[in-house]
Amino acid sequence: MVGDTAPVAAVPRQGAAPRPPVARHGTMSYAFVSVYVVLMIAFGIGPALYALYLALTDASGGFAGLDNFTRVTGDFRFWPAVTHVALYLVIWLVALVVLVTLLAVVVHTIRVRWLSRTLRFVFYLPGALAGASSVLLWLFVLDPTAGPAGGLLRLLGFESFIQVIVPGNLPVIFAVIAFWTGAGGWIVIMYGALNNISNEVIEAARMDGAGAAQIAWRIQLPMLRKWISYMGIMSLAAGTQLFVEPQLLSQASNAVVPNDYSLNQLGYQYAFQQNDFNGAAAISLLLLVVALALSAVFVTRGGLFERD
Amino acid sequence: MTSVTTGSPTRGPGLSGWSGRTIITVMVTVFVLFFAVPMLWLLLATTKTARDLIVGAPFTPGSADGLATNWNQLFAFQDGAVTTWIANSAGYAVGALVITLFASIPAGYALALTEFRFRRALLVLTLVIMLIPNTALVLPIFLELNAAGLIGSPLSVILPMSFFPFGVYLTYIYFSTSIPRDLLAAARIDGCREWQVFTRVALPLAAPIVALVAFFSFVQNWNNFFLPFVMLPSSEGYPVQVGLTSLLASTPAFNPSSAGSQSVQLPTLALATVVSVLPVLIVFLVSQRFLVAGMTAGGTKE
Repeated sequence: MVGDTAPVAAVPRQGAAPRPPVARHGTMSYAFVSVYVVLMIAFGIGPALYALYLALTDASGGFAGLDNFTRVTGDFRFWPAVTHVALYLVIWLVALVVLVTLLAVVVHTIRVRWLSRTLRFVFYLPGALAGASSVLLWLFVLDPTAGPAGGLLRLLGFESFIQVIVPGNLPVIFAVIAFWTGAGGWIVIMYGALNNISNEVIEAARMDGAGAAQIAWRIQLPMLRKWISYMGIMSLAAGTQLFVEPQLLSQASNAVVPNDYSLNQLGYQYAFQQNDFNGAAAISLLLLVVALALSAVFVTRGGLFERD
Repeated sequence: MTSVTTGSPTRGPGLSGWSGRTIITVMVTVFVLFFAVPMLWLLLATTKTARDLIVGAPFTPGSADGLATNWNQLFAFQDGAVTTWIANSAGYAVGALVITLFASIPAGYALALTEFRFRRALLVLTLVIMLIPNTALVLPIFLELNAAGLIGSPLSVILPMSFFPFGVYLTYIYFSTSIPRDLLAAARIDGCREWQVFTRVALPLAAPIVALVAFFSFVQNWNNFFLPFVMLPSSEGYPVQVGLTSLLASTPAFNPSSAGSQSVQLPTLALATVVSVLPVLIVFLVSQRFLVAGMTAGGTKE
């Protein structure tokens, strides 16, 4: 970044001799960031530290070591929840990476402009239905008696909503819901990235006799790699947090889907059903560490955010 | 295009071959149906009667009468609870949005165009927290606010939503790419104090980024489910996303024990789903470009 070279250059020198103009702007800068920093401490760093404190103490406030962690990981519901989330993540991430890339490349080969634009719009519009709204919509879709997919579901042998949402189907169902809501945004991003590949490279490959499939595999795919890994890491981090989908499905199925299906739900159960805040803190801390690690790896290694 | 480099038959550019085209057409059609049909069906469902929905063909429209009936049933639910929820959603989303702007525009400016100790640290911290899914902090924030005795108050939703590192990051990108430092230096030489440099030089140029941050903040706040679900115990305080769970609980088709005077029919639930996303849907339609710009803001090196 052109505008940003100055501060970086200043960093190594700072210890030796701070430049006068720098010192002059300093005070006001703190005022500019103050509200944000207060919010960050109150709702970013503060809660994390408080959760850490709770996770390491018992209900009376005494130091508990790792007792809370051994207790929650020893809970008969903990490992099933981990398995559920992991299974869902595998299906979802594979679908996301394969299908989003494929669809972006395919839409990119369409030369009719209005068609390509309309397709991207259709793919991307479901993104407006987030959270509870999209789950609710899918409750309808998965209902063979009323929904739009009734014929298809009956063809697959499902006669009722309860048959559709048997536990074995859930990871696939959650993956489909997440894909329906989120894939379009990523397709649009990948499409944009494909537009950035210069035509000369593609032309040169064509001259050398490469077909469309080869161009996709040898040129477009490697150039998309950065975006694919961004999508993968973001989706992985978000996916571990699974909550609203199983929560609503549990409610809509009279608890055929258990209300402790995912880890976040289990944390919620600890806090609200068992009044065990220390256990809830331990679970959310485990989840937070996973998310934090993924994000930190990406910021430091990913290269996507390198600016100065 | 007949040259062959590998064993595979090579077709012309753009998959002009007959089978290539067929595969692409089939695949695109399948996915268009997958993405579009649920939404289309949902819109049609809002116009039907409960009986039509089960008995009739799935893709025939109902009637304006049906829509009116469903509308009346929805807004009569629990003496107009839906209206309260929508008002709550608007209050939370806009309240948090205003605080977000006050916090993040100056902060992004300072990070991009001024220098201070911890600048680099604050920037890295912002990036790391920005990439954490915001649901990861909900239970810890609940535990914290519970200790502070704030649970149930609108502030327990508005304040955590106001912390929006993504907004700071967007502002930082904007100021560091579109405002030359020389411009600020010139203002300083002219005798502007730091505060005046911000309000008189930077802020008037910041309209696009204010709109962008406001847009993202609004969409995210409106759609937030987990945070208000955890923070607000009473129905009067629900935003519409959480209110949907009440409607769902009163729908006999999904919860047989709920059949009664307050029961909600399926088409009414469909209408509720549409109503709950309407503001976001409208914003989405008018500002497609924004969204893409924001989602790709991460990639600054092409």
